[in-house]
Amino acid sequence: MNRKERCLVAAMVLAVVGVAITEASSLVRVKAREDVAKSEVKIDNFSFAPGEITVAKGTTVNWVNRDDIPHTVVSDDKTSFKSKPLDTDDKFSYTFSKEGTYNYFCSIHPKMTAKVVVK
Amino acid sequence: MTRKKDEILFDHNHDGVDRRGFLKCMAWAGTGTFCVMQGGVLKSYSLSRIADLSPAQMKGQLSFAQISDSHMGFNKPANPDVAGTLKAAVDKINALAIPPEFLLHTGDISHLAKPEEFETVEQILRGAVAKDVFYVPGEHDVVGDDGKGYLERFGKKSKGDGWYSFDKKGVHFVGLVNVMNLKAGGLGSLGAEQLEWLENDVKRLSASTPVVVFAHIPLWSVYPEWGWGTEDSAQALAYLKRFGSVTVLNGHIHQTMQKVEGNVTFHTAASTAFPQPQPGKADSPGPMKVPAAELRGLLGITDVSFVQGQEALAIVDSRLE
Repeated sequence: MNRKERCLVAAMVLAVVGVAITEASSLVRVKAREDVAKSEVKIDNFSFAPGEITVAKGTTVNWVNRDDIPHTVVSDDKTSFKSKPLDTDDKFSYTFSKEGTYNYFCSIHPKMTAKVVVK
Repeated sequence: MTRKKDEILFDHNHDGVDRRGFLKCMAWAGTGTFCVMQGGVLKSYSLSRIADLSPAQMKGQLSFAQISDSHMGFNKPANPDVAGTLKAAVDKINALAIPPEFLLHTGDISHLAKPEEFETVEQILRGAVAKDVFYVPGEHDVVGDDGKGYLERFGKKSKGDGWYSFDKKGVHFVGLVNVMNLKAGGLGSLGAEQLEWLENDVKRLSASTPVVVFAHIPLWSVYPEWGWGTEDSAQALAYLKRFGSVTVLNGHIHQTMQKVEGNVTFHTAASTAFPQPQPGKADSPGPMKVPAAELRGLLGITDVSFVQGQEALAIVDSRLE
């Protein structure tokens, strides 16, 4: 193997490693995106979707109002968490630091109920 | 080319309805209700057809107008001009041959309980011939601050969360609040404190006093699946059982509905802002965007008044078409 060939092999090895690293990082990114998707609750058509989500302790859950009417996100005990009125496209986030089942509702339209399970 | 009467000039939302057409169809939807007390019985007529009423039909011991659900601040396609439609309702009130003595606003004055939204409604209603306006809050008026802003502005003479009563020409009016402290999965709620106040408030009245109760969410089960009812309204109505004539006026459901139950006649008023679907006729009770022709068919059949006979209640269809 002459110098030129050795260089070529080295370059190929680097390239393969590079691809592997890129793939690994994109896998991490995909995983992160999935987690975000799992912890996002969409409010639309007078309902929370999904109506029940399970997240790991420390997860921040994000709500977004896609309805053309304002809604709120309020824990059933009205103290654990409580959003301001969310107009169309407004967002609310809450980080769940303790395990448990958190039932919540829309205080404007109390028929809208849902829950977050923290494990 | 001559323009057709209903030609659309500006169709910003590409829904076949321009602003003028929209105002026109809102007129059909009923921008308010004219109420007249005759012989202790309250009759209500949609303001959109008031022109067809004879002076005799409008004359009574007392008349007033009900408006509801102005949702000031709402700006979605179902009605991008809620100030315009509220002004149109005021114009109709001002055009009445017999001016109403006062106005009742049965809640959802604002869309998000913002001071500027309340201010705009007050300003527009100052343009009405009737100077007194009696309000009760809707759930949109107490959102975010548990009703503090509403109470500071409208509830100075009220008790508790904003309930109160007053007398006009021998008729007893009671404004109730059923939009506070709503529980998950529940309906409208009056609460023990308010119920106790109501019991005491009507105790002193003779049974022949006509009573008019007004509140935002219906005090009868219109459609509990959508939250269109009040969980403890039966208790409130029990205190009113001994009265010969009880009228309940509500808003919230953005359509006119009427019903008789014993001595009580229930009415809901249309919204001045946007219509909502009939109970169960859609996935959710959200704002309804419909072509004018459909709206007429949907809401043009509800002008019914109730007349109390000597012994029994009779329902008389007083459609004004």
